[in-house]
Amino acid sequence: MQATLSAPIAIGLRVAPARAKLDFDMSTNNYLDFEKPIAELEAKIEELRGLSGNGEINIGAEIKRLENKVDRQLSQTYEKLTPWQKTQVARHRNRPHASHYVARLMEDFTPLAGDRSFAEDRAIISGLARFRGRAVMLLGHEKGFDTDERIAHNFGMASPEGYRKAVRLMKLADRFRLPVVTLVDTPGAYPGVGAEERGQAEAIARAIEACLDVSVPFVSAIIGEGGSGGAVALAVADRVIMLEHAIYSVISPEGCASILWRSAEHTQKAADALKLTAKDLTELGVIDAVIREPKGGAHRDPDKAIDEVGNAIDLALKELIGIPPGELRRQRQDKYLDMKGNALT
Amino acid sequence: MNWLTNYVRPKIRALVRKSDIPNHLWGRCPACEQMIFHRELEKHLYVCHHCDHHLRLDAKKRLEYLFDDGDFQTIELPPVTTDPLKFRDHKAYDSRLKEAQMRTKADEAIIVAHGKMGGMACVIGAFDFGFLGGSMGVAVGEAIVSAARLAVLQQASLIVIPASGGARMQEGILSLMQMPRTTIAIGGVKEAGLPYVVVLTNPTTGGVTASFAMLGDIAIAEPGAVIGFAGNRVIQETIREKLPEGFQRAEYLLDHGMVDMVVHRRDLRDTLVRVFALLRDPGPTADIVKLPQPELDIPPVGSDVKGKPDQA
Repeated sequence: MQATLSAPIAIGLRVAPARAKLDFDMSTNNYLDFEKPIAELEAKIEELRGLSGNGEINIGAEIKRLENKVDRQLSQTYEKLTPWQKTQVARHRNRPHASHYVARLMEDFTPLAGDRSFAEDRAIISGLARFRGRAVMLLGHEKGFDTDERIAHNFGMASPEGYRKAVRLMKLADRFRLPVVTLVDTPGAYPGVGAEERGQAEAIARAIEACLDVSVPFVSAIIGEGGSGGAVALAVADRVIMLEHAIYSVISPEGCASILWRSAEHTQKAADALKLTAKDLTELGVIDAVIREPKGGAHRDPDKAIDEVGNAIDLALKELIGIPPGELRRQRQDKYLDMKGNALT
Repeated sequence: MNWLTNYVRPKIRALVRKSDIPNHLWGRCPACEQMIFHRELEKHLYVCHHCDHHLRLDAKKRLEYLFDDGDFQTIELPPVTTDPLKFRDHKAYDSRLKEAQMRTKADEAIIVAHGKMGGMACVIGAFDFGFLGGSMGVAVGEAIVSAARLAVLQQASLIVIPASGGARMQEGILSLMQMPRTTIAIGGVKEAGLPYVVVLTNPTTGGVTASFAMLGDIAIAEPGAVIGFAGNRVIQETIREKLPEGFQRAEYLLDHGMVDMVVHRRDLRDTLVRVFALLRDPGPTADIVKLPQPELDIPPVGSDVKGKPDQA
């Protein structure tokens, strides 16, 4: 059975982030194309459940048998997802979003809004929060769940104001010596006329600069899609951790295919070539830790996935908290100065 | 797909392709299509004297035009991992790279040089769009890091002149990581109290714009240059409307407050020299300024001010 997000999240909910709607329609399981055998098995289980009221004794056993089969099927499928399949999992409709992490992991979440010069960009949710006893500054891309939310959050594609808000809040965190925690899940920065006019590139550059400049611990978790410049603007951190089936790339497989292969048909090849999986990125020395996802992906057991990410963030913060501020900043800069593919040799 | 489409057609295309820089006695301006005598073009620093279109310049020429007497020294760039992903589309990235090196006779999409400008020490990193679209991979990142370090070492001003489509996607995530990397490098120059000036040329887009190119203490753009983050085709597909006139052009960015000035190529060197002189030589300090003597003819407060001609 596929877990529903709404119920467990509600239990973990302490303070709901402003206007983030957490119960959404899970009536459709949103199977991915490669999950067809699993979908069929689960449909059969559903069917049998409908019959089980009729008092037939071995239906229970049959359900159990099928459930085991689903289990095996899930393990096998998710054990060897191709990069393109991972891309689809990373973008899965039911995959937990930043607001779910906030609801489950953060206490006293106090949203802070606005860049103080133009607008509040809801593609990035942000605010003060208490994480396992420690006050932190939380920033995360939010894609939104239903149509209205997706529009309000602009599908997690931030405009310059989102990055400028992030810079403002990173500086605030720095002043009060609060660690910065970012949750990365964006298709990329918003490609719009207004965004360009108001300096999208400059805003991203300043956000990268701010990430590198703060002298407080900075932990970044890539929980879904790490889309290019829009992602890196929040992901230059002392520790970058990444969910097993998340992706992080310079360009989307679709974009790469259309530029280099001049056809969207080659998206899978592009996904392979780009080396955008957590495993690849570990080998390239770009991320620091990979977090295992529940069987069948984070969307099958969101609570567990969120808790695992929480544990990894906690661990990273514990490692970083004792390092003197100047030293921390220097180490972060050295880490990025060294990113020239050396890890391979 | 066969050898015709893969091999012969690109060759023919390469032969007949319209080149931005006319190579023979006569050339044609790609903007106004007027014929220009090659020597004339050279004299005008590759700006069309009919329509003022700024033609693309290779890195070497840029350096010649900017340094005093065209005199400069290039530095050898540290070797880095090439092709970290073993990337392959139709063709292996490795062979694309070699081809670009053969064609441009350069190692990479950037040249770093040092010399004097207006007598002041200066390091310049100039991009070559002709080399894989001036894209930024590990080697270009390394070049910017080297340029920044050299500037600090020589207490020189740093100029970077991008002409780039953005990150080099064949180097995947490592090309994206050059964004923070170059940002740190530039930070070092600023921390040393040295000026960092960017000259944005056509085109400057993507990950290059969203890192060191938009972090200049002073941002100068060449007339007509396309400068932006997202490509305008992507924007067009997203908004499904006509883009505003002049969108992402240097003048448009100036109007929207994104660059300090748009400077004609013939004035570029003088402007840079003036900026460096103003930033680095602030002139006499306060201690030699004499206070004005109180014997000036100042009418006492409340006295009648007479005879302003325009007032009724």
